[in-house]
Amino acid sequence: MAGKVDALYFYIVAVSVFFTVGIVLVAIMLAVKYRRRPENMVATQIHGNLPLEIIWSVIPLGLVTVMFFWGAKLFNEQEMAPKNSMDILVTGKKWMWKFQHANGKREINVLHIPVNKPVRLTMGSEDVIHDLFVPAFRVKHDVMPGRLSNVWFEATKTGSFHLFCNQYCGTEHSRMVGKVIVMEQNAYQAWLGGDTGESPVKSGEKLFTSLGCATCHLSNNAGRGPVLVGIAGKSIELLGGAKVVADDKYLYESITEPAAKIVTGYQPIMPTFKGLATEEQVLQLVAYVKSLKADSTAGPAPAEAGKSAPVTADSPTTTAATATPAPGGAQ
Amino acid sequence: METTMETNAAMPAESPLYNKRNYLNNGYSLRSWFLTVDHKRIALIYLASITFFFILGGFFAMLVRLELLTPKGDFMTSDGYNRAFTMHGIMMIFFFLIPSIPAVLGNFLVPLQIGAKDLAFPKINLLSWYMYIGGGALALFAMINGGIDTTWRFYTPYSTGHASGYVVTTILGLFLMGFSSIFTGLNFIVTIHKMRAPGLTWFRLPLFIWAMYATSLIQILGTPVVAITLSLAAVEKGLKIGIFDPAYGGDPILFQHLFWFYSHPAVYIMILPAMGIISEVISCFSRKVVFGYSFVAISSMMIAVIGFFVWGHHMFLTGQSQFAGLIFAALSFLVAIPSAVKTFNWTATLYKGSISFEAPMLYVFGFLGVFLIGGLTGLFFPALGLDRHLHDTYFVVAHFHYIMVGGAIMGYMAGLHFWWPKMFGKKYPEGLAQAGAVATFIGFNLTFFPQFILGYMGMPRHYHEYVPEFQFLHILSTAGASVLAIGYLIPAICFGWSLLFGEPTGPNPWNAKGLEWEKSLSPPPTENFSEIPVVTEEAYNYPDAEATVVTRS
Amino acid sequence: MSHGHKSEFLAHHFEDLEQQKESAALGMWLFLCTEVLFFGGLFCCYAYYKYRFFDAFISGSHHLDIKLGLLNTAVLITSSLTMALAVHAAQKGARGRTSLMLLLTIALAGVFLVVKYFEWSTKFHHGIIPGHNFQFPAEDLYGGATVKTVEIFYSLYYCMSGLHGIHVILGIVVIGWLWWINQKGRITPEYNVPVEMVGLYWHFVDIIWIFLFPLLYLLGLHVHG
Repeated sequence: MAGKVDALYFYIVAVSVFFTVGIVLVAIMLAVKYRRRPENMVATQIHGNLPLEIIWSVIPLGLVTVMFFWGAKLFNEQEMAPKNSMDILVTGKKWMWKFQHANGKREINVLHIPVNKPVRLTMGSEDVIHDLFVPAFRVKHDVMPGRLSNVWFEATKTGSFHLFCNQYCGTEHSRMVGKVIVMEQNAYQAWLGGDTGESPVKSGEKLFTSLGCATCHLSNNAGRGPVLVGIAGKSIELLGGAKVVADDKYLYESITEPAAKIVTGYQPIMPTFKGLATEEQVLQLVAYVKSLKADSTAGPAPAEAGKSAPVTADSPTTTAATATPAPGGAQ
Repeated sequence: METTMETNAAMPAESPLYNKRNYLNNGYSLRSWFLTVDHKRIALIYLASITFFFILGGFFAMLVRLELLTPKGDFMTSDGYNRAFTMHGIMMIFFFLIPSIPAVLGNFLVPLQIGAKDLAFPKINLLSWYMYIGGGALALFAMINGGIDTTWRFYTPYSTGHASGYVVTTILGLFLMGFSSIFTGLNFIVTIHKMRAPGLTWFRLPLFIWAMYATSLIQILGTPVVAITLSLAAVEKGLKIGIFDPAYGGDPILFQHLFWFYSHPAVYIMILPAMGIISEVISCFSRKVVFGYSFVAISSMMIAVIGFFVWGHHMFLTGQSQFAGLIFAALSFLVAIPSAVKTFNWTATLYKGSISFEAPMLYVFGFLGVFLIGGLTGLFFPALGLDRHLHDTYFVVAHFHYIMVGGAIMGYMAGLHFWWPKMFGKKYPEGLAQAGAVATFIGFNLTFFPQFILGYMGMPRHYHEYVPEFQFLHILSTAGASVLAIGYLIPAICFGWSLLFGEPTGPNPWNAKGLEWEKSLSPPPTENFSEIPVVTEEAYNYPDAEATVVTRS
Repeated sequence: MSHGHKSEFLAHHFEDLEQQKESAALGMWLFLCTEVLFFGGLFCCYAYYKYRFFDAFISGSHHLDIKLGLLNTAVLITSSLTMALAVHAAQKGARGRTSLMLLLTIALAGVFLVVKYFEWSTKFHHGIIPGHNFQFPAEDLYGGATVKTVEIFYSLYYCMSGLHGIHVILGIVVIGWLWWINQKGRITPEYNVPVEMVGLYWHFVDIIWIFLFPLLYLLGLHVHG
């Protein structure tokens, strides 16, 4: 990705240098040639030239059109994490970065990742707006409070790289920095290895029970809340007819602001879990809901998913209806 | 500067070298200045006020640059540094750049250039200054009591829930200053619509007037939005209610939308008037009509209009929808076109001219250079995939300083030198002024060009401490800043010298076209014109070397 | 440009009264454009949060007193009428009637503020104060409304009607000033621009309320629908 970003960068640099140097040279040339001297005291008046105006409007338009489509295509790639990405949870707070790997291993301000493997960060903030920036990988995204953010990247060389907070967040903003350590695949596995921590999915599952999500989100349609098994990535119909894809952001919002989007066929009875669950716990709940696959054994945490399938889903309001038509009447 | 008064039939026959009955000596009491409704006197008290805030903003810039000499934060505390750059931004943007050209040169020139005796609402013009200085006093009060560390953008929830200090007071100051800016714009629009001299049709207007008109539109349509937005943030902080605070379900991105709805067009409030000045000066010192007059005029309006719909390009990485990102990116690229058209037309104006290189013209050449770089580096951000890397790094810092310091202040300096003889009727030392222009250009580029490279390397904004590999470029930048400071000191010396010892210039030292030069004296009398002039010709109707004028196709 | 006689009302920098009047009118309309965008920021917040927290908004709205809102709407519309009559009287040169109509307008504006005062104090009494231990009866929460999100509605309610109220107070001040200069004989059939301009402003204040009333009060009718 760094190479692709740089290619666009140097295209625009080339265009800029061409026009800057070109216009400056022309201006200097004209200034010298037409400087005021005894034989050139009076100018020749030229009011304008329509073909010229059109040419120098259309050529820049063409050049920026290329920039637009190139940039947009690149942005689109940056937004779509590959299917085989590994997930890492990120929580920003004043003034540190907290990371949690898929097997539960935690670290602060240092992030170990394997080389040549897409990494997808699921990020939230406990207080103000932060922004995760790794210049070497040309990757950056705001980390907002009250909203889940995703970003992905792939490191192509091993080593240690800077990690910055790129959105002003108060006194120690410039010390909210860290390192990304890129390791060979097997070295990473070894590093990850013996950790005893609880995986985010596992933590999410526990929260799902302890916060009482399981009392409403059953695995069959009998629950007061929508069925959550297999919901991740599905298109869901909301009260009022709008459709929404149940991505990470939607699941997060459904836990923290359940009333914002109500699944058609369900009552808006779910309370908000903002304040009841920490930022990280909400991210873990999202991870858990995503692990609930319809065929029950797939997923990042097969054992748990299988066991928990009867319990079903989590929080919010939303969600719903999976593939079957919504049961209860609207309202 | 040559004072060839050739056959200038337009001038009153007995025009004196120095007009003895002028607006400057029409009363000496404090009352005659601070309760004046004369647009020229109000322009001068604005000139004094914004210079004060410029020095203040410059002082904070100096603190910031000194701190960044070394990677470790050894000159100030983190908190002190954060307050320093916040105060630098607030003073420079709200209390210097936004009022600079409109309130000083615009106030002075709009009536003079269109043949009016004053602005449409002289008392409101005076009220504007009082609101401005009232707002400035509140901001100063906050500053003296420790300042604030919210950055000039006041992003929530930091500004409302976390920042300490006199945030509410500062916002109140900005609110007052905002309405001062609105009233200035309102005054200009009405004046330009209703008070043009007979015969002065829209397409005979000087391009500075077109630029001021476009600027005023932004002032009256954009400023109220930021006024209410910052007020809501102040209410949220003061009364602890939730409007943008996620703890209540509020949305910080909503704040950013409303904030940038004004604050992006605000950049055009700073640069459009400078562009107007460039058109005036380049025409005078090439002794030529501006190439493609109507395209330059219309492009100002295009920039003002399109400029209102590009604010979202500050928020590509907040999580706003990808579709919104695409629209804002496309529109942002579109703004580049009228800016490019202007640049090409200015360059073409030099062709077959009779060009001389007095200080204002040197500032214009400097402007062309830095505006090219500043404008073209603007193309890097709406290229969405690239913005991901450059967003909020020093690349952005460099880019907007190229526009706002390189562009706007160079333009302001060009204008101030150009119209100084009109404002005070006196010469300044030309050689020294030219040295000032050169020093500013060199110092400016040395200060800010390294910051592009820093940004590309990944140096984030608002960093008190940074990693050691960035130090070399920071040292270059700080060194450049000291040259730049000298560059700003020289004009101050020139102008001071001029006021004390300057020779009288006569009404039209540059032999320029325009009502203010041809029909009024230097300094102008309080009523501007002995009688209201009648306009019979196009703008910039300089003598032609060839009998046949190449007509507009 | 010869001018027969210079009117005493003509400011020094205008050529004739026509130009002066047109300038004032254009200036006033531009100022109202500014005002529209000033309120526009609030309306944007309202629209966004209403979309996001619809249930909270109808809950909050349902809790407002429609009858008082309706009364205030009637009062303000009537005051627009008296203001229009004041402008008419000023143009006709009926000084006494102009003064009377101006005073009536002020009186109606006063009634509006008094009603507002009672509305607000009742709300305060019940603890409906955003940011200050906000209370809202649980039985009045419809659908997915939460106390926090209803608090957002009330924050906007106080900000919007408060800002409008400030405009009403400013209106009372300038109409009072009009009354005073009218008493001193400075409003004539030849020159009554100040009355017309304040009239425009007052109609604008009225129109803002015409938008606020349904958005803040009538929205609550959804509860029964």
